[in-house]
Amino acid sequence: MIETVDVIKSFNDKLVLKGISTVFEKGRTNLIIGQSGSGKTVLLKSLVGLHDVTSGEIFYDGRSFNKMGRKDRKALRQEIGMLFQGSALFDSMTVEENVRFPLDMLTNQSLEEKTARVNECLDRVKLENANRKLPSEVSGGMQKRVAIARAIALNPQYLFCDEPNSGLDPRTSIVIDELIHEITHEFNMTTIVNTHDMNSVMGIGEKIMFIYEGEKHWEGTKDEIVHVQNEQLEDFIFASKLFQKVRENSK
Amino acid sequence: MKVFFHIGRYTLFVKKVFGRPEKHTVFLKQIVREIDKLGIDSVGIVLIISFFMGAVVTLQTAYNIDMPIIPRYTIGFATRDSMLLEFSSTIVGLILAGKVGSNIASEIGTMRVSEQIDALEIMGINSASYLVLPKMVAFVLIIPFLVIISMGVGITGGYIAGSVTGEVPSADYIYGIQYSFQPFFVVYSLIKGMVFAFIISTASAYWGYHARGGALEVGSASTTAVVTSSILILLFNLILTQLLLA
Ligand SMILES: Nc1ncnc2c1ncn2[C@@H]1O[C@H](COP(=O)(O)OP(=O)(O)O)[C@@H](O)[C@H]1O
Ligand SMILES: [Mg+2]
Repeated sequence: MIETVDVIKSFNDKLVLKGISTVFEKGRTNLIIGQSGSGKTVLLKSLVGLHDVTSGEIFYDGRSFNKMGRKDRKALRQEIGMLFQGSALFDSMTVEENVRFPLDMLTNQSLEEKTARVNECLDRVKLENANRKLPSEVSGGMQKRVAIARAIALNPQYLFCDEPNSGLDPRTSIVIDELIHEITHEFNMTTIVNTHDMNSVMGIGEKIMFIYEGEKHWEGTKDEIVHVQNEQLEDFIFASKLFQKVRENSK
Repeated sequence: MKVFFHIGRYTLFVKKVFGRPEKHTVFLKQIVREIDKLGIDSVGIVLIISFFMGAVVTLQTAYNIDMPIIPRYTIGFATRDSMLLEFSSTIVGLILAGKVGSNIASEIGTMRVSEQIDALEIMGINSASYLVLPKMVAFVLIIPFLVIISMGVGITGGYIAGSVTGEVPSADYIYGIQYSFQPFFVVYSLIKGMVFAFIISTASAYWGYHARGGALEVGSASTTAVVTSSILILLFNLILTQLLLA
């Protein structure tokens, strides 16, 4: 479980997050939704310490992230896996080396142990016969799988995904979404996914938070979201023709 | 002032670069790879520019001191000291600021904008140290060899140019390059080279590391890296000359 209390983040004079308080639940896929530029990525990166928050507190299962010293933060980092928007694979390394990288850098395992773990992770994301390829030689969907395999290599308790299906076709998007969802339940992780895709919301959203211009406007479940009365959220949801139909039918 | 902002941020960056490497085996492997990429790959360009610089300095000196009272061996002497004092360190440094500097800035800048640096940080790895320290160490270690090669090739270039044109008798040239030889000039050049290598690697990495945006910004970070490195080389050339030769 990750809790945020009144998190504010500004860059120089630009206020991006205007006091976000919420709880992200363990064993669930927690979604952060909102338009481009609403502050989703900044929130995610603030949660993991890639941005220092301007004020407010973040708790990882009760442990205050702000008060952690450098050592504790480093230890916590090994419980965190993150999937970046553009996959962020190391482009000079093969698929296998990418997944092995956290093991190489942060554990003292033998090569056999590491190779076994790498293959386990690649199996889990259903990626076969790609071990020796470079990231540039595989498709976008496969790059996402490699990035997921790398993110789970150290058995994290917390998984962060920034727009996991950006740049993917609708079918592959669903596959990646479901993979994240399954892994979350399988390993009982606290997973937070940024998205602006309503298909993901209806597919894997167990707990959903809607942010608008850096403020939390709504939170709830996917069953509640289609009945909600909030101008900005309705604008966001019903921008899609498909969801307009859903609403007309339900009336 | 922007300059002070960059000096401050650069100082903090360099401090971060000197962080302890995560894994020594990984670090050593990286150094070997960087020696190959930054050093061995630069031998070709160093050979070419040094040869031509030596040749040109020799011919210019020959045409300029066309007076009987000045002995011909002065030409060899002038070529040797020009190479030793200035060309093999400063000019080679400037050329490498272009080649190595833009290479480092664009590599690290690309990693920044594609979030590969964030991916390192999220694992708890000091990304500045992981990415820059091996490059810096490798480049500082390899540059003395490049400087020495440049001196040898430059002096040889002068010899060949002098002989082929018939402007400088080879016996005079060979006497000249041995005349009043001061070994400290070599040391001075090597010190300069190593300082320049430190400047090129860290200043270029600094611009790449702090790039924001996309491919366009990586491109301009790379240009800024080359310009900054070159200016710093000229500045430190002056400072070091005053410190070491005055
Ligand atoms: N490093 C930064 N410096 C200044 N402004 C930033 C920085 N990162 C993001 N922003 C700004 O914060 C706002 C929210 O961005 P972001 O979180 O990326 O939105 P999104 O919801 O699309 O992920 C944008 O207006 C963006 O310009
Ligand atoms: Mg974003």
